[in-house]
Amino acid sequence: MTGKTLYDKIWDAHLVHEAEDGTSLLYIDRHLVHEVTSPQAFEGLRMTGRTVHAPDKTIAVPDHNVPTTAGRDDPANMTEDSRIQVAALDTNAKEFGIHYYPVSDVRQGIVHIVGPEQGWTLPGMTVVCGDSHTATHGAFGALAHGIGTSEVEHVLATQTLIQRKGKNMKVEITGQLPPGVTAKDITLSVIGKTGTAGGTGYVIEYCGEAIRALSMEGRMTVCNMAIEGGARAGLIAPDEKTFAYVQGRPHAPKGTQWEAAMAWWKTLFSDDDAHWDKVVTIRGEDIAPVVTWGTSPEDVLPITASVPAPEDFAGGKVAAAKRSLDYMGLKPGTRLQDVEIDTVFIGSCTNGRIEDLRAAAAILKGKKVKDGLRAMVVPGSGLVRAQAEEEGLADIFKDAGFEWRLAGCSMCLAMNPDQLAPGERCAATSNRNFEGRQGRGGRTHLMSPAMAAAAAVTGRLTDVREMM
Amino acid sequence: MDKFTKLTGIAAPLPLINVDTDMIIPKQFLKTIQRSGLGKNLFDEMRYDDDGNEIPDFVLNKAAYRNAQIIVAGDNFGCGSSREHAPWALLDFGIRCVIAPGFADIFFNNCFKNGILPIVLPQEEVDKLMDDAERGANAVITVDLESQTITGPDGGSISFEVDAFRKHCLINGLDDIGLTLEKSAAIDAFEAQAAQSRPWV
Repeated sequence: MTGKTLYDKIWDAHLVHEAEDGTSLLYIDRHLVHEVTSPQAFEGLRMTGRTVHAPDKTIAVPDHNVPTTAGRDDPANMTEDSRIQVAALDTNAKEFGIHYYPVSDVRQGIVHIVGPEQGWTLPGMTVVCGDSHTATHGAFGALAHGIGTSEVEHVLATQTLIQRKGKNMKVEITGQLPPGVTAKDITLSVIGKTGTAGGTGYVIEYCGEAIRALSMEGRMTVCNMAIEGGARAGLIAPDEKTFAYVQGRPHAPKGTQWEAAMAWWKTLFSDDDAHWDKVVTIRGEDIAPVVTWGTSPEDVLPITASVPAPEDFAGGKVAAAKRSLDYMGLKPGTRLQDVEIDTVFIGSCTNGRIEDLRAAAAILKGKKVKDGLRAMVVPGSGLVRAQAEEEGLADIFKDAGFEWRLAGCSMCLAMNPDQLAPGERCAATSNRNFEGRQGRGGRTHLMSPAMAAAAAVTGRLTDVREMM
Repeated sequence: MDKFTKLTGIAAPLPLINVDTDMIIPKQFLKTIQRSGLGKNLFDEMRYDDDGNEIPDFVLNKAAYRNAQIIVAGDNFGCGSSREHAPWALLDFGIRCVIAPGFADIFFNNCFKNGILPIVLPQEEVDKLMDDAERGANAVITVDLESQTITGPDGGSISFEVDAFRKHCLINGLDDIGLTLEKSAAIDAFEAQAAQSRPWV
């Protein structure tokens, strides 16, 4: 008998029913909910007279719409449509009796940062949310992925999800990362290599020495962008770092339950003889600090490279690259380091954790944001914000000329007032550089927090290694 | 959910790869708390200029395609976010079928929950249908889910694959939740067993 992958093990432990054709019913341990993709689901429950099957496993927090400026708990400071959506979540959370962190709660933040922070996310769990970046929670060795609103309703009503099993893909990052290279550079480089559809139909397990060496924050950054590589879920086998991160969190198991959990968690790894449908190996030493140049997360190049030409590609990518360059206002052959920016955004579920803020602050200490440039830091949660203030990071950002905001998704997807203007070029630590993502006509270059901080100082895309 | 059995309609060509969910329905339209009404903002930033005027070159603004019910597109259609507003916007516009060489997983799944049939075909077949679709109002295609065939304007026929369970649900317009609740006993049994084996969850 061949061994099992980590994904196989978690899948098997949650299988409620499997039909002959492989259509399966999977039990869901944690259901995270935010205000944008849930109102229609709760309305569906009401219309059919159904209830939430497991309210104690359902956790809601508003994050996408919320303003990140002072005075935001006054609903008058939100636009009408945002206010309605947040108010709907307030009402639904109360009516259906689910766990809830309102805007006024210091624990409020981006749902994918709040879940791990509060100990809701644990190894071996199935975690879903009506949000594609649910993949983040895979960093704990949990099977975590985004679902649509119909599925949100399905999970609310039944605590299960209808699924077909995906294939197993191993992404191994061997060796050690060079100085200046971070988790963000790993995950972008993987997408650059495999393409945005390379992981479609797969669940990715990230492994190898360079992954093991990452902190939990870094692992969350890597798994977060599994979806940009086409994979619904990305996961990393839990280890001592995982257990140390989880222990003592408000909703982590305690006492004898902790011991029992640990006994199972330590079995959560892929067996040596497990079968992989696809394997990608990248040498950590070969990864450089990278940025994106186009409008797809696969448009990744080392910061030392130049803007490519459409003819450098083949097939449908030729037309796509031409369209991207037009949209981005870039000419082939331009050195990426000569591309001037208008704005810097540090935050998001990809890079809004304490370690991300530390990395950016380390570059910014004693320096100033380039004149005329707009720069903002949006911590991933109220608790991340509080910790950054305690560590003195907030002062470094403010002294450098950054705006120090309240927690939320903010300019990652620009559903709140934090948006780019047409043509405005942004160095962003978020996850998507799609057309219009950060605001209609806005131009996004994705990169690590340290790289974004370096760009803030020089006013152009910059090789962070020059500032280290 | 509306049943999907057989659809005869105009196919609109969208020869772009990686059409993402931000293109299909930009975030400013996600603030609704309803499923309906998104059709007018489908492909909003490609369809309208900054002043809200239609961009004549965009396919769905052309007279021949204003009533399209099918989209033929490039690879990795629907990549990006999990927003079900994307299929809701397509449906509200009147699109019931999307044909492409590949789809992003979550979008693909969301389509079936809304009576939209996403069809994966090899690139050569998509190229052929793209050519057909370029003929505008003369590009009437018939998609027969029962027999799993697509018939082009010249009568040529292409067969396609579809998951048997999903086909069954589409043809009968079945509600997933209702089907799952029939398995309540299995869910209860799973929970009872999990309370023993993983009590910390």
